[in-house]
Amino acid sequence: MISLNDVIETNRMILEENLDVRTVTMGISLLDCADSTVAGTCSKIEKKIMRLAGNLVKTGDDVGREFGVPVVNKRISITPAAIVGSACCKRTSDFVRIAKTLDRIAHRLGVNFIGGYSAVVSKGMTAADELLIRSIPEALANTERLCSSVNVGSTRTGIDMDAVRLLGETIKKTAELTRDRDSIGCAKLVALCNAPDDNPFMAGAFHGVTEGDAVVHVGVSGPGVVHRVLANSCRGVGFEKLCETIKRTAFKITRVGQLVAQEAAARLGVPFGIIDLSLAPTPAVGDSVADILKEIGLEHPGAPGTTAALALLNDQIKKGGVMASSYVGGLSGAFIPVSEDQGMIDAVNAGALTIEKLEAMTCVCSVGLDMIAISGDTPASSISGIIADEAAIGMVNQKTTAVRVIPVVGKKVGDVVEFGGLLGYAPVMKVSTFSCENMVSRCGRIPAPIHSFKN
Amino acid sequence: MKKVIITVVGVDTVGIIAGISAYLARNKVNILDISQTVVGGFFNMMMVVDGSASTKTFDKLCSDLDKAGKAKGLEIRCQKSEIFEKMHRV
Repeated sequence: MISLNDVIETNRMILEENLDVRTVTMGISLLDCADSTVAGTCSKIEKKIMRLAGNLVKTGDDVGREFGVPVVNKRISITPAAIVGSACCKRTSDFVRIAKTLDRIAHRLGVNFIGGYSAVVSKGMTAADELLIRSIPEALANTERLCSSVNVGSTRTGIDMDAVRLLGETIKKTAELTRDRDSIGCAKLVALCNAPDDNPFMAGAFHGVTEGDAVVHVGVSGPGVVHRVLANSCRGVGFEKLCETIKRTAFKITRVGQLVAQEAAARLGVPFGIIDLSLAPTPAVGDSVADILKEIGLEHPGAPGTTAALALLNDQIKKGGVMASSYVGGLSGAFIPVSEDQGMIDAVNAGALTIEKLEAMTCVCSVGLDMIAISGDTPASSISGIIADEAAIGMVNQKTTAVRVIPVVGKKVGDVVEFGGLLGYAPVMKVSTFSCENMVSRCGRIPAPIHSFKN
Repeated sequence: MKKVIITVVGVDTVGIIAGISAYLARNKVNILDISQTVVGGFFNMMMVVDGSASTKTFDKLCSDLDKAGKAKGLEIRCQKSEIFEKMHRV
């Protein structure tokens, strides 16, 4: 029988500690929408997404209301658009037409993001891949809810440095085209290495070609819950108790996601895919991963010991999560975005956290350098260098890494940039001013790493 | 509508349980279990109910109880029971 204490605990997590289902994301394959004309492709895309996801928003809201847990975002991820449009898109403007179609669909359905304006180019770019990447600035400047990602490398293939170089330029151009809105286009563009095919979180979500026709993934969150439980019961205790507590909490959080995912999938008539049990912070007070790191014992994230604390946290979340659901996937771990986490912003403002320390943290967190505002005059080659560094970490350590930096036009180190909503605000961070131009301008790819002699 | 958990939080007054029970009886919702406690000066009550014989929809039940609760300064929530079962059982 359900006990009153269990009920009170669950509802306290929801009502006071910001436990929520961060996203119900429907992945939809658009492989069968490829057509010889752009108009034909757009029309097929529209029909298919409207048919499968017509009830997505209502279903997410219904399930959330019935279980009493907020389902914050309803989203769609699609087959990488570079593949879908490869037969018909001959110019960048053709891809932009597809982008506008996707944005229009997102508005009609009421989903807040549609992800998959993407290219997977871990070994090399096709002509369509390159066209899509070149079209990203215009696509993001002319849409509101579209998210774009480019996978530039993997442990098995190495890193496509031609794509890395092009992406550095693409990010700069996107910042320029959206300069009147603090370069917000770049907040919807992410470079990845080892991108998972089933990620429900934006901006890196796309529906990989290994997936079925349609599937429902769920991303749960709850940094506030972990923080509260550590504050209440783990001050001064040993690592065994600390880790056990995080694990148990992750288990509970993931169970909620699993329940919502199965129920939503059944009602939508598509298979349940995976639970992504990421601790995803928001700018709201009490919804911070940085606060957990502080509770573990750091004055600020960025202090010595931060990487160890984050490694511990990330691993326990995964361990609790895999016990709770047989289908854990996506990114699953702790996100460390700067602009979306008040504790991280405070750490930057206090001088505790630098990009270099964040890079070290990405070796053990679930993704990478996320939502970091940098000076608008940062050269494209330096951005490519940052992407290459992150991709190298992912490639060698067999993990997903990502870069989402925003070179805000007209802003300098020390300025503050306001993105609004879930994206938050961010202090502009310092990037090394030393050049990597000569390295980035080399052609070709970095070979895949050796898979033995691990030291 | 199968098993639903109704929780009531607020300042303790006379007739809270009576009022809710009467509403549930009128709508053919069967009470399976009731427990209550006081946490931090607040009255906390949980009812496990079975609404499979009721003609009311889950949404209607929620909104009726929510309205009645607000009139008495109480927070009344209805949630399907699985969220608690899944979260607290391996």
